[in-house]
Amino acid sequence: MRVSVEVNGQVHERDVEPRTLLSDFIRHELGLTGTKVGCEHGVCGACTVQLDGEPVRSCLMLAVQARARSLRTVEGLADEGALHPLQRAFSEKHALQCGFCTPGFLMSIEAFLRDKPDPGEEEIREALAGNLCRCTGYRAIVEAVESASRELRGD
Amino acid sequence: MDINGLDELAYLRRSGGALHVGALTRQSTLERSRLVAEHWPLLIQAVRQVGHAQIRNRGTVGGSVVHADPTAELPVALSALDARFHLRSPRGARMLTADELFLGPLTTALDADELLVEIELPPLPAGAGTAFVEHARTHGDFAMCGAAAVVVPNERAAIALLGAGPRPLRAGAAERALAEGAAPREVAALAVEPVEDGYRRALTAELVQMAVEEASP
Repeated sequence: MRVSVEVNGQVHERDVEPRTLLSDFIRHELGLTGTKVGCEHGVCGACTVQLDGEPVRSCLMLAVQARARSLRTVEGLADEGALHPLQRAFSEKHALQCGFCTPGFLMSIEAFLRDKPDPGEEEIREALAGNLCRCTGYRAIVEAVESASRELRGD
Repeated sequence: MDINGLDELAYLRRSGGALHVGALTRQSTLERSRLVAEHWPLLIQAVRQVGHAQIRNRGTVGGSVVHADPTAELPVALSALDARFHLRSPRGARMLTADELFLGPLTTALDADELLVEIELPPLPAGAGTAFVEHARTHGDFAMCGAAAVVVPNERAAIALLGAGPRPLRAGAAERALAEGAAPREVAALAVEPVEDGYRRALTAELVQMAVEEASP
């Protein structure tokens, strides 16, 4: 099936098998390998992307279901090579080790901070609950989110 | 077949005091609805425990219903709220109660050519308190056991159980006892009588007691 989808502001058109997962489409067809594939059944959060601004699991959608919709992947966060404040905070606070889960975290939290610019720690932990990290123990990730939220608010 | 394109099935409306939920309403839309928070708070209490935000952004209310997982939150909450399920097929329309719709694990009374189009909820009785309590091994996972309660003290009550059987179960005897003023512990003991497994029975009794206490103003 012919699919036309906007990804990070650029329109892509491809012929895809109807059963192609959105996550595989993003990685294999578009070559955007920042989005990672972990569990492939909606649990780990590594494949999280934004669909019309809202975080969703790209492994739980078919590529054809993203037709005429707008996607944002981790490649869409940095602005002309300058890291997004959230990316910078992750780097500064050591909120990643192997980095496999990081793109999913970033896409979840970027949307969360738009909805809730000044979250408390409990709210941050709740917002992180849909993404698994096996390296950090989450403490540094919570700190990174706190730090990024301050910067994004201009505090 | 993918029905995601049927935008006309995504709506939340209140008319004549009743709530009409289109089958394709996203769980996150339900979660954010002020209308629902004000008049049917049990739905908010239940939907918050469905998966994670990323799941609720795609998951639909109707999808959760027709999937009929006996440990899913929304079917249990809808059962406690006396929901009516509107089905449509080329042959016509019909309406089922939760008892008629949910037959067993992942099994409903829907015929092969039928589609769930709307869930209708009567208004909550005046003065009702509600609670949804569950226990899951991992945050955001399907719960093992749980309970939904709607309580108008000394007047009426609804209790629905999650994970206590092959489908959402209403605890009729416990509801009647609660309406007549029985203590939460007695109510819980009555509610879990049909639960066979010992661990689930003990866990469900705790959860029913918590739900009843929380829902009683």
